[in-house]
This record gives sequence, structure tokens and C-alpha cells, in this order.
Amino acid sequence: MSDIRYLAPQTLDDAVAQYAAAAGAARILAGGTDLLVQMRSGLKKPSTIVDVKKIPELTAIEETADGGFRVGAAVAGAVLEEHPTFGKVWPGVLEGLNLIGSTQIQGRASMGGNLCNGSPAGDSVPALVAAGAVATIAGPDGTRELKVEDVPAGPGKTNLKPGEILVSFTFPARPKGSSDAYLRMIPRTEMDIAVVGVGVSLTLENGTCTAARVGLGAVAPTVLLVHGAAEAIIGTKLDDAAIEKAAAACSAACNPIDDKRGTIAYRTKVAGVLFKRTLAIAAERAGRA
Amino acid sequence: MAKIHVSTTINGEPTEFLCDPADTVLDTLRDTLGLTGSKEGCGSGDCGACSITIDGRLVCSCLVLAAEADGHEIETIEGMAGSDHLHPLQRKFLETAALQCGICTPGFLMAAKSLLEKNPDPTETEVRYWLAGNLCRCTGYDKIVRAVMETAAEMREGAR
Ligand SMILES: Cc1cc2nc3c(=O)[nH]c(=O)nc-3n(C[C@H](O)[C@H](O)[C@H](O)COP(=O)(O)OP(=O)(O)OC[C@H]3O[C@@H](n4cnc5c(N)ncnc54)[C@H](O)[C@@H]3O)c2cc1C
Ligand code: FES
Ligand code: FES
Repeated sequence: MSDIRYLAPQTLDDAVAQYAAAAGAARILAGGTDLLVQMRSGLKKPSTIVDVKKIPELTAIEETADGGFRVGAAVAGAVLEEHPTFGKVWPGVLEGLNLIGSTQIQGRASMGGNLCNGSPAGDSVPALVAAGAVATIAGPDGTRELKVEDVPAGPGKTNLKPGEILVSFTFPARPKGSSDAYLRMIPRTEMDIAVVGVGVSLTLENGTCTAARVGLGAVAPTVLLVHGAAEAIIGTKLDDAAIEKAAAACSAACNPIDDKRGTIAYRTKVAGVLFKRTLAIAAERAGRA
Repeated sequence: MAKIHVSTTINGEPTEFLCDPADTVLDTLRDTLGLTGSKEGCGSGDCGACSITIDGRLVCSCLVLAAEADGHEIETIEGMAGSDHLHPLQRKFLETAALQCGICTPGFLMAAKSLLEKNPDPTETEVRYWLAGNLCRCTGYDKIVRAVMETAAEMREGAR
């Protein structure tokens, strides 16, 4: 018998009020694929669980007035995959999310949970950063927006204030010739934690790169936005010299851990290699978009 | 802390139960409702032995709180066979010895059923990826994958 309280508010206002009012360690529950594992192992002992999956803003996928998308923080990977257009516009964001775990995990795992869990290796985060997605956050003091790259504060930590809930991600409208991609390096072919993860989003106009963003995961305490890599390719026709310079910028941005999955030298080298592969996929897609 | 009252449908039967807020669906199925077909291999989402569907979506029942099931439809391995006949996947698993100890089998069957509902003509690669969240310590997977492929072919044939 536990003394946990389970709440499943139907509105965002109720959720914010209940989450803020819950004394002690309250936790938000999205898909539970991190939270339930952490509760079982004793790592997290919430007094109150606030399930946000009955709240429309957290579970909706909508096209915004300016031609972008808004995706609820608690939308599961399998649900986003079934959306008729999201994955055509943002294939890299979708493939990052869809790489999380197995079919069963996909039935539950959300981008909001992946980001708020705060793992530097979260597979959906680099592509979200590359996409320039903005997180909408609701709390006792109202609603605010934060760029996705500004949400993580370190392993297991976010910049959400006490009582704040991540509501949704907003994706900008895409000019013609834009696309994205995500690749991760894992020792196995499935069901493993990224040693390096790279998200690239770019726009090509007549073969010239006019906009680019690069997100790099699992090589530092938080997922990184690598400005140097984007700057090295913007304005170029993605020639070899520009790509080498951008890859070097990715390796230079690394500040990784040394563990059984990958040494510092390995992760740093792979970051550059994987960037090149991801860029090639994103560019090929952008050429068709 | 008071128990939570939950109303669900399990294998087509309206079902109500009381649960502790921290109970998982797997705990409730096995310990409260006596539906012990779903197995606990790991309790952490890694093995798939506890696979069920909720509103048609394949999930690990060890990673869903029982309280979350309120108002939703659950399907478990107990609902797979008809009253007098096995599901084609179950028959094929038996015929081709796609199981040894059997603890992984309910999970594989639920996962394979959900695959064939979504994709009646999967490639071997698609089968292997779809079932990557189901672990088997005995068979080496090959017989399982072949059983699923053969069942898919037979079901397509039967549907013609
Ligand atoms: C078998 C298995 C394999 C996995 N494989 C991968 C993998 O390959 N790659 C990977 O990146 N991860 C993996 N994971 C981890 C996990 O599935 C992901 O991090 C997933 O995206 C978490 O999402 P969720 O909706 O289940 O989060 P939950 O478990 O519900 O929440 C995670 C954390 O974020 C908080 N939170 C959730 N939503 C919000 C919100 N809207 N506002 C504020 N806080 C919130 C919760 O309180 C909790 O602390 C795996 C997990 C398992 C069990
Ligand atoms: S018991 Fe649920 S995945 Fe292993
Ligand atoms: S048959 Fe024994 S674990 Fe699969």
C-alpha cells in the first residue's frame, strides 16, 4: 500500500493548480516510460502523480495559422507517426522520437517526457533543437515560452520552475527546400542509448544552404545547439571544405563522458562523422521538399 | 490513501476494479483480476512479456498505472483465442514450436497480432523491428519470426 495520490485533470488550469498545490514531490505523468521505471527502482518517490494525458493542449497535434505545427508535449511517438502531414514536413523530428525504445514504448513515450527527463542522450531532443522548436510552459505565474535548447539544465535537470508544466512544442513554418534528419550511434541496432545523436535542419535554395541548425546529443551534460556547424555551411553549396569545417565544429563542441558505451575520443570523433551522414540525409530530403 | 475505483473494458467485458494509486495494469491484471496470462519479466519496459493493447495500441502493462485504464479498452492474451478455436498466430506458434519455456509467448503473440492488424504483409525486417521489444531467452527468435511470417501469409490467403 502506497500513499501516492493519482490525479488526472481534464484542463490545463486544473493541472497547474493541482500540481502547484500538491505538497512535497509531485510529478507529471506523460507516457510513464521513464517515471514508472524510476518509481519502481526507488529513484523517484512522488507523493502525487498528475497525469496530463486528459488535457487537450498536451495531446493535440495542430497546424498553426502561419503554416507551422503545434504538438502536445504528451503526444506518444506512435500517435505522431500516424499524423498525415507532420512527418512529411519534419521527418527528422519524427525519426528522433520514433527511435525511442520498442513498439510498446512508442505507444506511450512523448517528446515532453523525453525532454523533461533531462537525459543528455534523449533521442528526440537534438532534432527538436535543430528544428528551432519552442516549448510552451504553463505555471502558477502564467504561460511562457522557452527555446527547446534552453529547457535542459544538466543531466536529470530542467529550467522549468517548480509547478511548471511543459504544454506543447511549436514548430515554425517551412520555406520550400527545407527538411531535417536525425541519426544516432548505438552499439546495437535497436533498444540502446545513444553514444552520439545528431539532428540537422536546413533550407536549400538552388543548391545553396540559406538556413541551418545543428543539434548534438549525448556528448555534453545537455543537448547542444552547435552554432559553428550551422555557420560553416550557411551560404555554401555544401562543398567538402564547408562540410569538413562544420564537422570539426561538432567535434569541438563535445564535452562528453567516458563510459562503457564510448570513450571521450570516440564520441568526439563520431560526432563529426555522424554530422556528415545526417547532413547528407537532410540535404537529400530538402532537395526533394 | 483510498483505493481508486476504475471502470474499464477487458477483452470486451465491462470490468470494474479497485486499485492502489501505484499499482500497474500488470499488477491489477495478475493479482486482482486473476488474468495471469500477461507475464512479468522485468517490470521496466525491456522484455515485452507483459504486452497488452489499450484502445488498440500495444503497450507494456508494467509501465501503465492501473488508474490510467479508467474509461479505456484493454485487450490481453486471454482474449486472443475464440471460445472453440485458437487465433491463427497461436496455432502457428504451436505447430512450428515457436516457443520453449513459454514465458515470453503471450507478449510475442499480443505484439504479433497488433503488427498483423496494422500491416498484414510485413517483411522479415519489419517483423524483427516490430518485435524488438519482446525478449526470448529460449528460441533464438528465428522460429518466432518465421511463425509470424507464415501466419501473415495464411491470413492473407484466407482473406482473399
Ligand atoms: C525499454 C525502454 C527503452 C527506452 N529507449 C529509449 C531510447 O532509445 N531513447 C531515449 O531517448 N529514451 C529511451 N527511453 C526512455 C523514455 O522512454 C523516453 O525518455 C520517453 O520519451 C519518456 O517519455 P514519457 O512520456 O514516457 O515520459 P514520463 O516517464 O511520463 O516522464 C518523464 C519525466 O518527465 C517529466 N514530465 C513528463 N512530461 C512532462 C511535462 N509535460 N511537463 C513537465 N514535466 C514532464 C515527468 O515528471 C518525468 O520526470 C526508454 C525507456 C524504456 C523503458
Ligand atoms: S514486464 Fe513489462 S516489459 Fe518486462
Ligand atoms: S520461450 Fe522461453 S523465453 Fe521465449
